[in-house]
Amino acid sequence: MAKGYHRPAALTPARTHYCPGCGHGIAHRLVAEVIDERGCRERTIGIAPVGCAVIAYDYLDIDMTEAAHGRTPAVATAVKRCNPDKLVFSYQGDGDLAAIGAGEMLHAANRGENFTIIFINNAVYGMTSGQMAPTTLVNMKTATTPLGRNPATEGCPIRVCELLATLGRTVFLARGTLTTPRNVRETKKLIHRAFDVQERGLGFSMVEILSPCPTYWRLRPDEAMKFIETDMVKAFPPGIIKDTSAEVQ
Amino acid sequence: MTEERILITGNEAAGEAAIRAGCRFYFGYPITPQNELTAYMAQHVPEAGGVFIQAESELAAINMCFGAAACGQRTMTSSSSPGVSLKQEGISYCAGAELPVVIINVMRGGPGLGNIEPAQGDYFQATKGGGHGDYRLIVLAPYSVEEFANLTMLAFDLADLYRIPVLLLADGQLGQMMEPCVFRKPPPLELPPKDWALTGAKGRPKRIVRSFFLPAGILAEHCKKLQAKYELIRQREVRFEERDVEEADVVCVAYGTSARICLEAARLAAKSGLRIGLFRPISLWPFPEQPIRRWAERGKKFLAVEMSAGQMVEDVRLTVEGRSPVGFVGRCGGGTPTTAQIIDAARALKKSGDTILSSKKGEAR
Amino acid sequence: MTERIIIAGFGGQGVMTIGKTLAQVATGRGRQVTFIPAYGPEVRGGTAHCEVVLSDEPIPSPLVEEADTLIILNQPSYDKFRPRLKPEGTVLLNSSMAQPDPGDKRSLLIPATEAANELGNVRVMNLVALGAYAQLRGGVPIEAVMELLAKELTGSRIHLLEVNRQAFLKGEELARKVAG
Repeated sequence: MAKGYHRPAALTPARTHYCPGCGHGIAHRLVAEVIDERGCRERTIGIAPVGCAVIAYDYLDIDMTEAAHGRTPAVATAVKRCNPDKLVFSYQGDGDLAAIGAGEMLHAANRGENFTIIFINNAVYGMTSGQMAPTTLVNMKTATTPLGRNPATEGCPIRVCELLATLGRTVFLARGTLTTPRNVRETKKLIHRAFDVQERGLGFSMVEILSPCPTYWRLRPDEAMKFIETDMVKAFPPGIIKDTSAEVQ
Repeated sequence: MTEERILITGNEAAGEAAIRAGCRFYFGYPITPQNELTAYMAQHVPEAGGVFIQAESELAAINMCFGAAACGQRTMTSSSSPGVSLKQEGISYCAGAELPVVIINVMRGGPGLGNIEPAQGDYFQATKGGGHGDYRLIVLAPYSVEEFANLTMLAFDLADLYRIPVLLLADGQLGQMMEPCVFRKPPPLELPPKDWALTGAKGRPKRIVRSFFLPAGILAEHCKKLQAKYELIRQREVRFEERDVEEADVVCVAYGTSARICLEAARLAAKSGLRIGLFRPISLWPFPEQPIRRWAERGKKFLAVEMSAGQMVEDVRLTVEGRSPVGFVGRCGGGTPTTAQIIDAARALKKSGDTILSSKKGEAR
Repeated sequence: MTERIIIAGFGGQGVMTIGKTLAQVATGRGRQVTFIPAYGPEVRGGTAHCEVVLSDEPIPSPLVEEADTLIILNQPSYDKFRPRLKPEGTVLLNSSMAQPDPGDKRSLLIPATEAANELGNVRVMNLVALGAYAQLRGGVPIEAVMELLAKELTGSRIHLLEVNRQAFLKGEELARKVAG
């Protein structure tokens, strides 16, 4: 195979609508590369959220469905139950997953549904123009926390991986970043491992990706990447939060 | 086996019918008075090799249906009024994405938590939208346990034929009541292939199930397509039953349990020389406008009877367009109207030609 | 012929079993039937009632506004449902637990609870009442009832079949006496 940049087969040639410096493009590509490397493009079904990634199905060249805002894990549950032999993943932002869809997320995870959530945590609602997300950092200014997120009235950022780790039937929960080429490669490995867990039929898996939103963080793209390393990882430490794959098989 | 006549509740009959129609993916959430249906499916869907999930909410249940339908499977959810309100978001998405899903509403008293008595207060929700956007559902209203079962089987075919959610609008009485039932599969329809279903893009271009069309004009085109489909359904899927309408002094218009009570009222009224007919819409959407209008043109007087404060009566009035009087007997807040109320209102209507007067008189209780 | 029946008593007295058995027997005989259990949030205790319509023709309304027969197992049910009896109707009254109003000429007094106790199992009281109904109205052969019970009472409960059979026969006998 020729070295250098090439487009994964699981990625369409479409130009994305994402802002400059947005993490979605990298995350899409990682998912597509992993699908390519696993040779499973023709037996993968994805579920797109409501949020910035709502038209992820225009960029990923696989069968996909949309889902109502937050209901993504419920849709994914049924898709996987209908197709136990397919690789099924939902691709969700923090609002979709941890706010409006918290119930669906919690219960799909608690049932140990055998699909994977790719969770893009950028600490803010992008599509609706920068409101507070459940993962917005303390003191972070957003359109709906103009004075900064105040824990006394808005609570603290939800650590989704840690929350789901308490559930008996979650198998693989990990958090990665996209801040350096090395971290991108690490995150890609995590996606592979999550898909491994699913393909071995072990149960619920999720990879949380700390992803930059320069537009609504009001930062330059390079500053946004830096912000993840200086601030975001303090609230959301990267690494494998839970892995019981050795035990449950 | 199919000709066996068994005594069964409406809820269980609908569940059995769904399984016989090939439903292998059922998602539900507990709510009275439809719990027997969910319990029936919990036991029998897995026996049939399918999947039953007690969802964490009505929202999740209807969206699980969305997912299963997107994969081309026959799927159903059921609930009662407050739960069906929660499903409206998902129903709108199913309608937008043109997914065939069957939904059963075993109506109870409302608004709010209401009560658990039988009611018909969700007619507006069922036939006028309920969720957001320009969409329609096929809405079928059974009036007996057997019809509940047989319309459920039909619902799956219609859903697949038109790629549309189909709602069965029953009430607590029909759900709880036991009657002998013979399951009769509808005549086989030639159904279109599900060449849109998600199966993995193997050897073909990818497929996308969506209701989201952002670029200008695309959604308008999509809606036009939906409206054309609805027009076709209006032309082809009107269902109703008429009993003694020709000779009637007053024609009751009623569906579900209300229609049963009207039949009883007609029987009792006949003893005193008052002839009550029954026009029973079976499809509430599409509403049987033309047949009602034809009777209106011949001067028939109508009495809408509902377990509500008056919902379907609006469609009767819109259909009749002032050609003849339309009275109303209703009971809201759960529970059923009595034969005496119906007979009194019919008698008054027979004497009076005044639409408004008769409707007010009818609104006792 | 159409018969409209209301059965009422305490929750746990076997009200639903009487109604359901009547409905099942009639279904087995090819008749038209409706059976409506009054459903409520209470699971145990409280008042239970059900409405049964048996007919040889399609049944218009399953709701019993006026009953041909009331099967009443306790006093509160008697007080509540007696106004819904047709002028020419009959009450089968469990006289062990309810007394008729003075001047009530339409109640047949069946000491069903007492009879069941004498048989050594108070829980078969409903079968005494059912037997009394069978004697009064007909259409409920003991063989059909026993066949249904045999499906329910299996395994460790199979020995209960005999006492149920005796209860049914006792009910028939009691009704024969009072109906004359």
